[in-house]
Amino acid sequence: MSALLSVTDAHVAYGKVEAVRSVSLEVGANQIVTIVGANGAGKTTLLSAIMGILPLKGRVAFAGQDLARLDIEDRVAMGLGLVPEHRELFVTMNVEDNLELGAFRIERSRAKSSIERVYALFPRLKERRKQLAGTLSGGEQQMLAMGRALMGEPKLLMLDEPSLGLAPIIVADIFRIITELRASGVSVLLVEQNAQAALKIADQAYVMELGEFVLSGKASDIAANERVAASYLGFQHEGASVL
Amino acid sequence: MNTTIMLFLVQDGITNGAIYALLGLALVLVFAVTRVILIPQGEFVTYGALTYASLAAGQMPGTAKLALALGIGAFAFDLFVARKALHGRLVVRSFITNIVLPAIVLALTIYFAAQKPPVAVCIALSLVIVAMIGLYLYRIAFQPLAHTSVLVLLIASVGVHLALQGLGLLFFGAEGQRGPAVLSGAFTAGALRFTGQSITVYAITIAFIVGLWLFFGLTLYGKALRATAVNRLGARLAGIRTTLSGQIAFLLASVIGALSGIMIVPITTLYYDSGFLIGLKGFVAAIIGGLVSYPLTAVAALVVGIVEAFSSFYASNYKEVIVFMLLIPVLLLRSLAAPAVEEEKD
Repeated sequence: MSALLSVTDAHVAYGKVEAVRSVSLEVGANQIVTIVGANGAGKTTLLSAIMGILPLKGRVAFAGQDLARLDIEDRVAMGLGLVPEHRELFVTMNVEDNLELGAFRIERSRAKSSIERVYALFPRLKERRKQLAGTLSGGEQQMLAMGRALMGEPKLLMLDEPSLGLAPIIVADIFRIITELRASGVSVLLVEQNAQAALKIADQAYVMELGEFVLSGKASDIAANERVAASYLGFQHEGASVL
Repeated sequence: MNTTIMLFLVQDGITNGAIYALLGLALVLVFAVTRVILIPQGEFVTYGALTYASLAAGQMPGTAKLALALGIGAFAFDLFVARKALHGRLVVRSFITNIVLPAIVLALTIYFAAQKPPVAVCIALSLVIVAMIGLYLYRIAFQPLAHTSVLVLLIASVGVHLALQGLGLLFFGAEGQRGPAVLSGAFTAGALRFTGQSITVYAITIAFIVGLWLFFGLTLYGKALRATAVNRLGARLAGIRTTLSGQIAFLLASVIGALSGIMIVPITTLYYDSGFLIGLKGFVAAIIGGLVSYPLTAVAALVVGIVEAFSSFYASNYKEVIVFMLLIPVLLLRSLAAPAVEEEKD
């Protein structure tokens, strides 16, 4: 089976500074793949480039099609979705309008049923449907950003730090929903600093350091790797806390 | 001063203010969606007005030819941008909207100009011609610069304004023109006399404001336009094309401009360069609204209109100066209220 998303030898640069160097990755259908790594490793940059927000040197193929000539909107129409770190909501519009616009390229009749599915996934959003997006709590905004992306019926959803700055109970909720997405047939490419939680739900994992992948493999193997444990999971070899 | 004169001036001010309100709203709309400060808005006014007046006088307006020429340019731009991935549907669609459409309108204009058409036909043709000019100008001058800074867009905007003004002189000559009233007749209420034309101005302004409000509040495309204004990246991630939003904004702005011109030209003689000053007053209102607030812009436009009416009564030589001086306290207040803005990074 060929991969849903395959990135081959990708380089992304800001001017002369290469933030991502020679990175290759694959996301299969019905998979959660996670990229873990420290702040500044280039994870967000890589996602932005896959989405077409930043120029990328190398090859990106989605559902068998080369994305090189396609802009962001075309990629959205193909079924690639991104929930960016800063969420990029329409803050002066209400929850329902935000969701409705997520389905801008979808047939109206289908959008109606999508919105009910999103409300089923995030009941909190239904309660707040008439509230302005800017007045929601951080967790609710994250849910709305994910909901809006899901309204576009993505085959692959890329999530950039969905747990950042959220209360632990909401983080657990969001990770539960990510596994539900996989069950409903949406693949997920998850970028997280919370490596422990990400590795627990992911099938495959990549470890990124200074713009390069230094490790990759099954998420359970990565989680068991001593170096990863020491650097990202908050444990040292002897089991003593880094803190 | 007696009450009658005051009432006259207020009435006059509201009529002008209604026009400025429409223009101000269009400026806010275009800026919010595309970050372009639309200096050529005034040219849309004169083009609309003078195209209408020429048609009504049985003359062939040059603007119809300009629309076709710009359409050919827009078609060329479309082809050039898509040169590596040309496919039939795209070419056909671009050909129809950029060449077939203005060609048909040009043919209709030539046909009707020869036989002094009725007012409704003149209005419809003028609106369509100016709308197309607005749309193609966006494609040629602004869409390729969409990712650049506000300053670059402003420079392009000034360039377009100068070019259109020069072409206006070429098409319409240096002589002023007047058009026939859209609605003739008048009635009096107390000391005030309401002409059909001023009623038309009020009705169209209110209808347009209500229409825009419904468009932005209820329709998917209206919401998409707002979304682009609020968060450009967010809109793109939702699959909303920035270029589509830009096209709708320019289309609305040019139609509003042309319509304003058609409403004014029966009341005042307009010259090829009159639009700039009219647009600038809409701009004053838009600035008072901070280039973001629609209701504040509309209210400010009425104030601008009334101040203009009173200053032309008391100190007609200084009326423009007085109107533009309104900006100084507003800008002072805004600069005190707003935190220091960092240089824009795009």
